[in-house]
Amino acid sequence: MKNKFTKAILTIAMGSALLISCKPKNSGDAVSGDAAQKAYVAPGKYDEFYNFVSGGFSGQLSVYGLPSGRLFRVIPVFSVDPEKGYGYNEETKPMLNTSHGFVPWDDLHHTEMSQTNGEVDGRWVFGNANNTPRIARIDLKTFTTKEIIEIPNSAGNHSSPFITENTEYVVAGTRFSVPADNSDGDVPINTYKKNFKGHLSFVKVGKEGQMDIAFQIQCPGVNFDLSHAGKGKSHGWFFFSCYNTEQANTLLEVNASQRDKDFIMAVNWKKAEEYIKAGKGKLTPTKYAHNVYNESTHTATSEIKTQVLILDSKELKDICYMIPCPKSPHGCDVDPTGEYIVGSGKLAALIPVFSFDKLQNAIKNKQFEGEYDGIPVVKYEAALHGEVQKPGLGPLHTEFDGKGNAYTTFFVSSEVVKWDIKSLKVLDRVPTYYSVGHLCIPGGDSKKPFGKYLIAYNKITKDRYLPTGPELAQSAQIFDISGDKMQLILDFPTIGEPHYAQAAPADLIRNNGQLKFYKLEDNKHPFVTKGEKDTKVVRNGKRVDVYMTCIRSHFAPDNIEGIKMGDEVYFHITNLEQDWDVPHGFAIKGASTAELLIMPGETSTLKWNPDRVGMFPFYCTDFCSALHQEMQGYIRVSPTGSNVPISFSVGTNLPAPTQK
Amino acid sequence: MYKLSLFIAVGLLFVSCGKKEQSGDDFSKPTTEEATATKADPSTYDPNRGEGKYDKVDLGATLDQAMAAEGEKVAGVKCTSCHKITDERLVGPGWHGVTSRHQPQWIMNFITNPDPMINKDPKVQAQLEICLVRMPNQGLNDTEARSILEYMRKIDGVK
Repeated sequence: MKNKFTKAILTIAMGSALLISCKPKNSGDAVSGDAAQKAYVAPGKYDEFYNFVSGGFSGQLSVYGLPSGRLFRVIPVFSVDPEKGYGYNEETKPMLNTSHGFVPWDDLHHTEMSQTNGEVDGRWVFGNANNTPRIARIDLKTFTTKEIIEIPNSAGNHSSPFITENTEYVVAGTRFSVPADNSDGDVPINTYKKNFKGHLSFVKVGKEGQMDIAFQIQCPGVNFDLSHAGKGKSHGWFFFSCYNTEQANTLLEVNASQRDKDFIMAVNWKKAEEYIKAGKGKLTPTKYAHNVYNESTHTATSEIKTQVLILDSKELKDICYMIPCPKSPHGCDVDPTGEYIVGSGKLAALIPVFSFDKLQNAIKNKQFEGEYDGIPVVKYEAALHGEVQKPGLGPLHTEFDGKGNAYTTFFVSSEVVKWDIKSLKVLDRVPTYYSVGHLCIPGGDSKKPFGKYLIAYNKITKDRYLPTGPELAQSAQIFDISGDKMQLILDFPTIGEPHYAQAAPADLIRNNGQLKFYKLEDNKHPFVTKGEKDTKVVRNGKRVDVYMTCIRSHFAPDNIEGIKMGDEVYFHITNLEQDWDVPHGFAIKGASTAELLIMPGETSTLKWNPDRVGMFPFYCTDFCSALHQEMQGYIRVSPTGSNVPISFSVGTNLPAPTQK
Repeated sequence: MYKLSLFIAVGLLFVSCGKKEQSGDDFSKPTTEEATATKADPSTYDPNRGEGKYDKVDLGATLDQAMAAEGEKVAGVKCTSCHKITDERLVGPGWHGVTSRHQPQWIMNFITNPDPMINKDPKVQAQLEICLVRMPNQGLNDTEARSILEYMRKIDGVK
């Protein structure tokens, strides 16, 4: 009886899933009985994968566990974060410096984990800033942003931060073409075709992760959308999707959708390296910021660089080749073998799959149909492996499971479609709720995917969660893809707007030498205080430096007098704890910055300009012990010209016996 | 009968899944260091020795002045925010007399490995009721811990 009932339910569910596969309406339909069990991670147990999810217009990177969907941490990257003091304390302010000055916000779209031999290696995650073009490197031992490099000659760094298989390069392709930095940008907008250029940047990544722009390739003025590196046999090549090959400068919605085919641009970066060695690069003036956080001084520095090496794709004919690709391609994804390049024409009703071997033959035999702005255009059929017919509407992104299957998201028809890379046959499809953009399979764009889960990142969640006013949560959905059929097992809301995400086995990261605290003996901060005996308050004109320490549960000093109106006070606070998970916070009344959140062994600085005469309390903001609520102090602010001397103490400034 | 065997088969599936998860990758288990720190049998706890890696500490007949000076330096960074060298309590108890209250191995174990001893040692638990703050692990290495012990001996009048 029960069996029959289950079967009936299943039939109904499958039937309705089929019916609604084009436009799912009912949120509950796609879930089957054992979903909860598959996504359940018991209290106290660890997740199987880390999931690093772009925070979109929040500018940050969020870290979730898979398959539970539990949020562990939001790592500040391109936006200030008062919770962690990021961008507010003196040490991290330089991280957000650019050629435009301090920029407190950006839009982090894509994430890419570092790789060795084409496999995710658990060292770093890179993220792109889509508005003021930059690339950030996040260290996975500390889960903090360690480096940010600005990308010159660019606007809207979208096809980024994708990497080569040994993390030799992380790339940046400009979404907007613009006049080059060293040319006059004060030109009529409708001179786009003449004056606007698209630059691709190859940023070298050193052994310790340090980034440096090796060269840029100047290309025709189009919109570069997404990219992926070749791997295995295609290592040495990079592939970029291009749209707006119409070179429109207004109403792109219509004017950039005219042509039947735009392009995937194949870039031979090994060839480009040869040209750089041969001195073909032109050193060109520009201006960009390079910001590095130093782990031993706990302080970031920002340097403005003034030139960049540029190769001209028109002059150097054998670096770049255009492959025609239907209708404004978006995703540009390379399968684990490196042989197949999937172009997702977002307005097309098919998915073209190109063959790297065929592309090489076509280039060798000059099977070109002409040139686009000086760049050879390979014949479509000559590079084509085949087309996936009628896969769905609005293909966007593809990831791989390492078992010969590809999974493509469809925004318009709101579904994920599984297909066989070689035979190009559609094998399965599941609806998403709703309008999926990106997707992630752990290691899914590397040589070694872990094809157990697929996460779809959705743009629309109307009716999915309890309403929260006009703005609703964006969300992720986890599918079990270990069987033939994809199975929805969990929904979870995300911060900001999730674009790309990456995931890796938990052990790879938690066993990478996670930092538990900063060693006091290695702390080289210029204002470190190693022990309470060294605490002091030093006046130098209007500048007052407070060398303060904290430990469970008091600050030293915790009574400070002699501060005057007009002073600029710097609290340099060293957390003397040497154990995991014991940060202290610091907040002072009326401060126009944010709190400090000081990790064990770390020194952090808050700048404060007292705005009135009086008594200013400060306290620890991060619950640290049973006496946390006692962890507090006072600062007395006197008028300008007052003769109250500087004094500071802890535990000695006791009331006089006769005091009223 | 059929139903019964189906039930068993399903049951087996569950069991085998569960086993696989436990014996396979250890992503579902907490780290080993945390496990050993809390799982030791309290009945085997030796309140004279404490818990940690030190069984016996060789003390010199006289004070090693250089080592004690080094210990004073380390203590200045990591200890004296909370401990006075008199018998007066600050956050934690004053250090004066500590080397006569405890065996040297107890002190070495406690200052390098405080957490399990705070959970088990009767004297430490009595202190915790007074101080209310668990002594933090300050990440002392062997040399630092030994030099602090020498400094404590100096405070207690060893020449």
